[in-house]
Amino acid sequence: MNVVVMGCGRVGARVASILDNNGHRVTVIDTNATAFRRLSPQFGGDTVLGTGIDEDVLKSAGIKRADAFIAVTNGDNRNIMAGQVARVMFDVRDVIIRIYDPVREDTYRRLGFSTVCPTTTVSALIIDQVIGATDSYRRPEAKEA
Amino acid sequence: MYIIVVGGGKVGYYLTKTLLNDRHEVLLIERDRDKVETYSERFGSVVLQGDGAEAAVLASAGAARADVLIAVTGEDEDNLVICQMAKHKFHIGKTIARVNNPKNEQLFKLLDTDVTVSQTNYILGLIEQAIPDRAFIHLLNLRHADLAIIEATITAESPVANKTIGEIDLPVACVIAAIARQADVIVPNPDTEILPDDEIIAVTHRTEEDELRRLLIVE
Repeated sequence: MNVVVMGCGRVGARVASILDNNGHRVTVIDTNATAFRRLSPQFGGDTVLGTGIDEDVLKSAGIKRADAFIAVTNGDNRNIMAGQVARVMFDVRDVIIRIYDPVREDTYRRLGFSTVCPTTTVSALIIDQVIGATDSYRRPEAKEA
Repeated sequence: MYIIVVGGGKVGYYLTKTLLNDRHEVLLIERDRDKVETYSERFGSVVLQGDGAEAAVLASAGAARADVLIAVTGEDEDNLVICQMAKHKFHIGKTIARVNNPKNEQLFKLLDTDVTVSQTNYILGLIEQAIPDRAFIHLLNLRHADLAIIEATITAESPVANKTIGEIDLPVACVIAAIARQADVIVPNPDTEILPDDEIIAVTHRTEEDELRRLLIVE
């Protein structure tokens, strides 16, 4: 599988390193060259310097033949926009977007994106450890609806 | 009309000022506390501190009853998400996004923003008009009709010089709207002759702009 990962923080570097180790073709994008140091020493994929909301940067990262695009920078809005560029402009099959804000995550999940919200996921895991599984998945925003 | 403006830079500031002068109900959302304080002193209580992409901020801004939301921050990704949240979470009828990088204009149009304003392209267009010796200038896009207004300067070498409008084989979806000749503006009829140094203003379908260019000027 051809995978493009935007954002080489702890999560991005780890995801990229594992996928690469599992035999996938991985390209990592980051605006900061020193971020690539987080990749495992055995990482055999490509790195591209730039921002993933720029079509030209995505093209040089091989977005046209990518099967999956993973947006894991620190900026929710940047991840959301890059994910939409990948899906709308380049027809990437699997687009996974990390969104910290649970309300935004809910909105874009409803719009059909594969989203990951660390805030709700981590909170649930913590609550689960504290008081058990019964209370853990009642998200606060679910009450609003 | 109730209008929410997100982003209190220069554009957001003057936009808010103008809309208030036009007696609209306006709320400006800005993240920076110092700016919010300054603007509140000038505008009164129409400034809200917060991140316009946050649903809670939009909710307390009364987004559900807003007619228009205008996102004019300096970051394209923020403007896009703000407009999409306004549309999908609060069902605001009309969203307008400022596009800072002209490369993003196509994406914004494909997505949910109703109107995009690319000031970079706009300024480029103005500069183009100001550069002398440009024979064919794209003046304006009429986006909903897919029409463009152009200006062409005729030279002695132009294929249409010294011909009448009736003699020119114009593309089907083109109309010559006016001819500026020295100090005069002529509304042409089929017998009007086109002379060197005339400036022609034409309305054309955008698909025929290139054909019109080839017809009017020698490149």
